[in-house]
Amino acid sequence: MKGPEMLYAILCYDSEDVVCSWTKEQDDAAMARLGAVQRKLAAEGRLGPVARLLPTTAATTVRKGAEPLVIDGPFAETKEQLLGFYVVECESLDQAIETAGDLARASSSSGAYELRPLAVFRPGDLGT
Amino acid sequence: MTDLAWIDAALTAARPQAIGALLRYFRDLDAAEEAFQEACLRALGNWPRNGPPRDPAAWLILVGRNAAIDQVRHRARQQPLPPDELISDLEDTEAAMAERLDGSHYRDDILRLLFVCCHPALPATQQIALALRIVSGLPVRRIARAFLVGESAMEQRITRAKARIAGADVPFEAPGPVERAERLAAVSAMIYLVFNEGYSAAAGDTSRRAPLCDEAIRLARLLLRLFPAEPEILGLTALLLLQHSRAPARFDASGAVVLLEDQDRALWNREMIAEGLALIDKAMRHRRSGPYQVQAAIAALHARARRPEETDWAQIDLLYATLERLQPSPVVTLNRAVAVAKTRGPEAALALVEPLEPRLSGYFHFFGVKGALLMQLGRADDARCALDRAIALAGSAAEAAHIRQHLDRLVPDTDP
Repeated sequence: MKGPEMLYAILCYDSEDVVCSWTKEQDDAAMARLGAVQRKLAAEGRLGPVARLLPTTAATTVRKGAEPLVIDGPFAETKEQLLGFYVVECESLDQAIETAGDLARASSSSGAYELRPLAVFRPGDLGT
Repeated sequence: MTDLAWIDAALTAARPQAIGALLRYFRDLDAAEEAFQEACLRALGNWPRNGPPRDPAAWLILVGRNAAIDQVRHRARQQPLPPDELISDLEDTEAAMAERLDGSHYRDDILRLLFVCCHPALPATQQIALALRIVSGLPVRRIARAFLVGESAMEQRITRAKARIAGADVPFEAPGPVERAERLAAVSAMIYLVFNEGYSAAAGDTSRRAPLCDEAIRLARLLLRLFPAEPEILGLTALLLLQHSRAPARFDASGAVVLLEDQDRALWNREMIAEGLALIDKAMRHRRSGPYQVQAAIAALHARARRPEETDWAQIDLLYATLERLQPSPVVTLNRAVAVAKTRGPEAALALVEPLEPRLSGYFHFFGVKGALLMQLGRADDARCALDRAIALAGSAAEAAHIRQHLDRLVPDTDP
């Protein structure tokens, strides 16, 4: 990725109950539509890492404290879960909203995208 | 955006919770199912117009309950049903309902529903059929297809199961800790049965029965979301995911069985393996091992080996020994013998296998393993005899074909 523009994390929140109830065909179709938006972002040189998370049942939480507490599952019990995220380069919040809007229209689901500007980004070299 | 695919998935996802709550309310499976059907019909009319409700399950429970009550009133006093438009006007009630559902009842409702389906008064086949019908909402036609019976026969089987449940003493009160543990064990066993029903399918039938495996995984995940820190449920879910991850590699193009060590590991489903490994790692941290966790740990060792030669057979041998202690069974010992053959050779394995014969004399895999061990020891005649017995006991054409391949290897090259 190039330029001094702001990096945004676009966090995908959705009901895990519903997404886990998708058939393979429904899931493939959703991923194909999102893939089209991702290719466009990549062509513009704005797309950073994209990640889909395993279900929250695979999550472990370490609570801060003198003696950190380990808990099975995600930190919060909410109706919608963090299912994945994108890192995208955006000139402005407006452009970030526009990008998330493209993803939202491509998504076959309800739920929400949360836009969080990145304070620090280290690409790392995993998988190279 | 509320497209039909989303509504379809939302109805499926909300089904166990909604039917569970309606069952608590009506204390009758048929009434709960009818109320849910009615609520689904109204959702299909309402949601595309008004957008999805904040909490689909709460909406379905409330609308289902009201519709059923209206129907009773309708029959009693011949009053017309309220127009559908009014049903959608539930925002406040729905929110209040959702608050209440969040807390105490949610877990117990679903657990009770699952428990009712695996009630000990029902034979295993009826348990599976009832769970697939009531909890998963699979059409009777599809369940019948999976069990190779006619639709009306399956309809009868489900009706009989429901009648037995109605006559049985089903506890509707919230279970205490001891009962909850018992119910969890019964429900886990039922989910495992559903999976095995799909997994043991003959090769030509994978597409017909694989949906049972997917459904069992969905039920296990549901149970795990309710009890996220229960090691045996972590283990069960991990086990099903790790087993099912190999599904694309288990049969070749002609439908013949491909043994674990001959499978193309590139075909294994990496995402399922990642999830299964994450879950079994979490379970082990609890240090309360149980049969599902041990089996999942064995499956995990196979999944972690990139090539068959990298399989940690010594560790698998130890895990089977643990399983023998937790859940003694000749089948477990037979499986352990396979690991022993790899670590200590066919002779040691055969010594473990032979005493099992009286108890496994009707078991296909027993003679398959015994035949293979005898082959390795160069005892061709004994091997042929064992493999012939295996073919006679094969449950499917694919199993028989697999054994025949072994037999072919015993035939001297000079034969035509």
